[in-house]
Order: sequence, then C-alpha cells, then structure tokens
Amino acid sequence: MIFCDPRRLRSRGIMGMNQRNISYIGRYNPRSLYKQVDDKLITKQLALKAEIATPDLISVISEQHEISDLAQRLAGQTGFCIKPAQGSGGKGILVITKVEDGKFFKPSGGEVSLSDMERHCSNILAGLFSLGGKNDVAVIEALIRFDPVFEGISYEGVPDIRLIVFKGFPVMGMLRCSTHASDGKANLHQGAVGIGVDIANGQAIRAVQYDEPVQLHPDTSKDLHAVQVPHWDRLLELASGCYEMSGLGYLGTDMVLDSERGPLLLELNARPGLAIQIANDQGLLPRLRKIEALGDQTFSVEERIAKAKEWFGGQAPN
Amino acid sequence: MSRKPFYFLIFLLIASGFGYNLYRHKVDHIPFFPGSVQTTWTVEARITYNANGPVEATLALPTDPAFTLLSESAASPGYGLSMTEDQSGRRATWTTRNASGSQELYYTANLVPNGYDLLDDHATEYTVPNLVWDEGLDTAAQTVIAKAWDQSANNRSFALQLAKLVANPEQQQNVALLLARYEPAALLNRLLQTAGVPSQIVYALNLEDGRRRQALRAWVEVQDGENGYLFNPESGTEGRPDNLLLWQRHGNSVLELTGGSNSSVTFSMIEDTRPALATALDMMSAAAQERGLSLYNLPLEEQSLLRGLFLIPIGVLVVVFLRVLIGLKTSGTFMPVLIALAFIQTKLLTGLVGFLLIVACGLVLRSYLSNLNLLLISRISAVVILVLGIIAAFTLLAFNFGLTEGLTITFFPMIILAWTIERMSILWEEEGPKEVFVQGGGSLLVAVITYLAMDNDLVRHWAFNFLGIHLIVLALILVMGQYTGYRLLELRRFRPLAEDKQ
Repeated sequence: MIFCDPRRLRSRGIMGMNQRNISYIGRYNPRSLYKQVDDKLITKQLALKAEIATPDLISVISEQHEISDLAQRLAGQTGFCIKPAQGSGGKGILVITKVEDGKFFKPSGGEVSLSDMERHCSNILAGLFSLGGKNDVAVIEALIRFDPVFEGISYEGVPDIRLIVFKGFPVMGMLRCSTHASDGKANLHQGAVGIGVDIANGQAIRAVQYDEPVQLHPDTSKDLHAVQVPHWDRLLELASGCYEMSGLGYLGTDMVLDSERGPLLLELNARPGLAIQIANDQGLLPRLRKIEALGDQTFSVEERIAKAKEWFGGQAPN
Repeated sequence: MSRKPFYFLIFLLIASGFGYNLYRHKVDHIPFFPGSVQTTWTVEARITYNANGPVEATLALPTDPAFTLLSESAASPGYGLSMTEDQSGRRATWTTRNASGSQELYYTANLVPNGYDLLDDHATEYTVPNLVWDEGLDTAAQTVIAKAWDQSANNRSFALQLAKLVANPEQQQNVALLLARYEPAALLNRLLQTAGVPSQIVYALNLEDGRRRQALRAWVEVQDGENGYLFNPESGTEGRPDNLLLWQRHGNSVLELTGGSNSSVTFSMIEDTRPALATALDMMSAAAQERGLSLYNLPLEEQSLLRGLFLIPIGVLVVVFLRVLIGLKTSGTFMPVLIALAFIQTKLLTGLVGFLLIVACGLVLRSYLSNLNLLLISRISAVVILVLGIIAAFTLLAFNFGLTEGLTITFFPMIILAWTIERMSILWEEEGPKEVFVQGGGSLLVAVITYLAMDNDLVRHWAFNFLGIHLIVLALILVMGQYTGYRLLELRRFRPLAEDKQ
C-alpha cells in the first residue's frame, strides 16, 4: 500500500496541512503580525527589544546602489551569510564560510565570485525570493561558529533547533542537520536530517531523512540517536519568550547554538512545517489540544516550560 | 463562531445553482446533454384557387399550445402579405389587385413539439348559440342527448358519451338518422351545444413524416372549466395524439377567400431532427425581444470569448481539488489553469510539445542572461521578449515544414511562460535539475488534468448554457476551503507514522 489508513493517522493525532492552515495558523496567527516574522529584519529588531539574542548583523543592503559597496562592507569578514529579509523556505540564503585572497567559498568548497554575490543581492532586492515577489532587502549576518558538540552530526552547515511553540508552550522540538544532499541547508525537504528531541531534556529520540527513519548521519556516519542538545533549558526559554515577542499563537522558532554566544534566535516561522511529527514519531494534535484545553489563562515563561516538560517530556518512542 | 450562516450560504448557492439549471432545462428547454436532438416539423400549407380580378385570401395560422413556432414564411409572388393576430387567432392575409387564372399561395411553418398538452388558454367561455333542428331530427337529437346525459357526470364525460354514440351509428338508429344530415364533427358539436355545453369545431393536422396533400380533420373541443378537451368524432375517443397539430381553433374557417373560386388548402410536412440546443436558442431568441438580457444576444465573438472564460471556474475547481484534497504542488497557483486554457486552443499533444520546447529553449537562453548580472525586472522582460522570439521562430518553422498544428503555439500566454522559465531557472540554480523536473512535471500534470476536465463537450455545454453550475462550483470551493482532513499525498508522507510498533 502506498497510502496509509487516515484513521490510523487520526488516532495518533497526526496533523495534516489543511488542518494546520485552518485550525491553527488561521485561528491563532493574526494576519497583521505576519510581517514581524516574514521580515527577518523586523524579527531581529523585536528580538533586540525583548533581549533575545540573535546573530550579529553585519550589514543591510536595501538599495540597488548600495550593492557596489558590498566588497567594502564585507571587508575583514571571514564568514557570513546573505539572506533575503522576507525569504521563505530557506530560499536565497547564501552562506560563505571561508574568505581567501578576495575569493569567497561556500561550505561545500564551491567558489563564489564577488560579482556572483552582487547579482545575488540584486536578485534579493528585486524580490525574487520573497513571498509574492515583493521588493526586499538583503541582510548580511555574521556566521555562526557552531558548537563543537555538534561536530559530525551536521555536514557543511550549522544545525539548527526548531521548536514548535503553541501559545507560548514549547510543544515539540527537533534538531535539523544539513547534509551533503541539502547543500549545507537545514531544510528537511532539501534533504537535511531531522532529529526529534525530547522536550524535557533535549535528548534525541529518532532521526529521519526524506521522511524516512535513519540511524546514522548519511555523510559522517555518526550515530544520530546519541545526540544530546546542550543549553536545552535556555533554548526552551528563548523559544517560549518568542510568543510574547511576536504575538503569534502557533509559531516555529529556529535557533542555533553559537560556540561563543550560546543559543541565538535565527528566525521565526508563522507557518512551520509538519515534518517535525515524523522526526518525533508523534502527532502534534494531542499536545496542541492539551494546551487549547487550558483556555485563556496566562502563564509565565517558567510555568509554561515546566508544564511542557511535564506533559510532553519523556515520550520516547515505544 | 457559528458555522450556521456558512452552511446556509453553501445551501443557498447549491440550491439556487440547481434551481437555475432546472429552470433552464424546463423553461428554456436547454438540453442536459450537448448531443441531444429535437424533432421539428416543417409544415407547408398550399392554397390553390382560380381568380379573376382583385383577391383577398385569409388563412388561419396554427395556434397550438403543444407546438412552439420556430419560424414561418410565406411565398406568394405578386401578393401583398400581412400577418394579423386577433381574438380568433393569427391569420395570414394575401391581397392583390389583379390575379387571373390558377393561383398558388404557400405558407411554411417550423414547429417544435414542446410537450405541453393542456388546452388551458381559454380566456372566456364559448358562447352557446341557440340551435334549431329540422323537423323530425329534433326528437332524434333530444333522445341521443338524453341518453348521453343520463350516463355522464359533467361536460367532459357527457361529451365522451356523445362522441361514442356518434362514432358508432350502428348501435343507435337516431344517430344514423342524424349522420345522414350532418358530418360527424358538426353533429357532435351541434348536439353538445344543444345541451348547453360550450364546444367548437377545431381543425387539426395529423403529422406524419413525408406526407403530402393532406387535409385538415375536424375535431371537437369541449370546454370544462378552464380546460379544453379534444374529442375525435370518428373514433369516439377523447384526448389528443402526440402528432396532432391543431391548426385552427378559433374563428370560423380555415380559409376565407374573396374574389376567387374553386379553392382548396392542402398540407405537406417533413419531420426533421436538429440539435436540441440550437432549437432551444432559436425559441429563446424569439422570446428575447421581450426579455432582452441574454448571453445569446451578444455578438458571436463576445459569446465565444465568454465560452472560454466560463471554463475558468471549472479549471480553478480542479486546481483547488488537486491542491487541497490531493496535495499536488504547482509552481504558481493558477499557472496550470492558464496553461490548460492554452492547451484547449492547441490540442493536448501539440500543446505539450510546444510548451516543453518553449520552456527548454527559454531555459537555455535564460542561462546566458544569468551571467549578465541583470536586475530581475529587466531579466524577466528580456525573457518575455525571448519567449516571443521562440514562439515566432517555432511558428515560422512549423509553417515552412507544413506542420499546421505548430501554428497554434501562439496561444500560449507569454508572461506566464516567462515567469515559468524564470522560476524554473532559479530552481535549477538553487536546487538542481531534479527539482526542476519534479516541480515542472507536477505543474504540467495539474495542467493536463485541468485541461482534460475543461475540454470536454459536456463541461463546455454546462459551463456556458447552465450558468447555475458556477454557483455550485463556488459552493464546492468554499466547502473545500473548510476541509481540515488529510491530503491524499499526506497519507503517503506520514505512512511511517501509521505503521504498527512492535
């Protein structure tokens, strides 16, 4: 059978795309707040105000004529990434990990010339990567020096931690590790590995690539199930705080661990994907309903994390 | 939030959609299926007489509620012709100052049976004249009437009893006596009127394909309440056969002639089948003068444009279905609908080949533009011009090789193609050729499915002739917008989660 029984999925509380769109995104995410998360620059400013740490901003290119200053603005940087502020699905993110004699190198070792980067910025400004083709700005951020604990579980890229935060409660988490196939990007549909992690302690539960379970990293053969995410409590606090910061009820937070600065908020996502369910081998619906059942009470970040750990932690696959 | 108003809206849309479609079928006679045919009758009345001097000939024209007049014409060289309508029905009048010798006048009508078999158009009751019977016949008539009166309950059953008696004179001497004097129809009518029952003689034609030189037959119509009932005095039965055309119901005579002699009217008829839709449209256009507002009154060019546009809701419905219920991804939300519209013009195979050729050539040329480091807007514009060039080149090539199918390539929407090429090209650079084939193939698959849904005769017929279908489509789209269940492809995607543990 190519298809599975929808009743089985329902009984396991697996959420489908339509239900996500109508019952959660449509209901808990006010349209007017989308801009805050769709525009990474605004997210960054909000995070600054809410004292949530984010990667250092090197420069913002918002006008076409500024592109000629690109070389000057990048002078002295040894690694950075150029992103469209309103990009979606990881599109248009150019990561440079090495700069040598005025030449730039991608994580895969591929060389990128300055004019390539200028064209890339020009594309970003013209809105090629933004939703609906709106004009956009290019954001240049400092490269994350990723925490050595992740050595070997991510290939040519920084692993990031995705937490689904529902009304401020972290409900499900996963670690996304790039692979050769994903070209250094942490997007699961591009071939990155997703590792479901226990909400209580950040311990890996299970790993998937292309929606199928895997045990070892396809490039480094490191055991993915042995991963333990450090700074877990700080990550939970960071993610949970994004609820107050953004006002969005159903939120995906993408965070990274920097070896020097610790957990940083990379970006927020108002339409987080559903692959996290496969990575965790768990449906989102039972957890979301548990929180919906609380009604309109307000809780502090600490209370929310404590409750989330109690309810959703330790659900290792049986 | 209460869902009731929403479901009420859905119900309203569906109900009015179905209601309007039913109205179109029942009242405007638009057939449900595009291939339906409708029988029509062409009846020709031929009037012959001898004349010398000024002539005025008046012919009663068919006034039968069971037939709709599609068109009529009269051939009468040298005669002035006028059609008049008064209480006694429609009549055609031919006039001339100077006619000599044998004359022929023709009147031809195209009639469509409409299945309406009630004679309920009586505005006023017939007046019953006071009749006087000849000495000796009076008693016979009274006896017959008394017998039928005893065995009946109302005008209708009384008429039926009388008709039976008139049709079987061998059982009743009195009837035989009366028939020696009167024709059966005239006798039946006379007997009815003597008894005070409103009735009249009507002249009708038996329609039979290919018959010539037919004469009108006399029937008797009896009024009972608002309805009229037809009786056949020859067989003594009630009711009208399907192929009976009532030619003259009111007034005195079928043909009135002044200035001529030796006149006769004969009828020829042909049965014809033609598309039911065309017949319905002809009938509507006859009525359209009064109603005015109709799509069919538009010039043909605008009509055919609208015909195309009315397919879009169907295409959109298919795309919504494929995205919401199946879960297919497309590049550009409604790009497949526009490609499918182009396929309708080009036909599927030429369309597919043309589309792939244009996009492939576009991708090759676009890869050169990549190196030029252009602003997006100028690059897209350049691609638009390139697409135009590719289309022109292929059209020219196709023409020179004699491939007339290739000429239809011009129907592809250029801007859409340019954007498709741009998106594919970016996708190629960012995610490699595999993703281009997956997404491009997906969009093309949706376009082909959409095309198949739009390009069939039934859908075209319904989309243009039953506009209510669009309300139903709207309702379906609204309902699908509320669907929170799994998409078909999610059942495959989440399959690992449904597998049994241990």
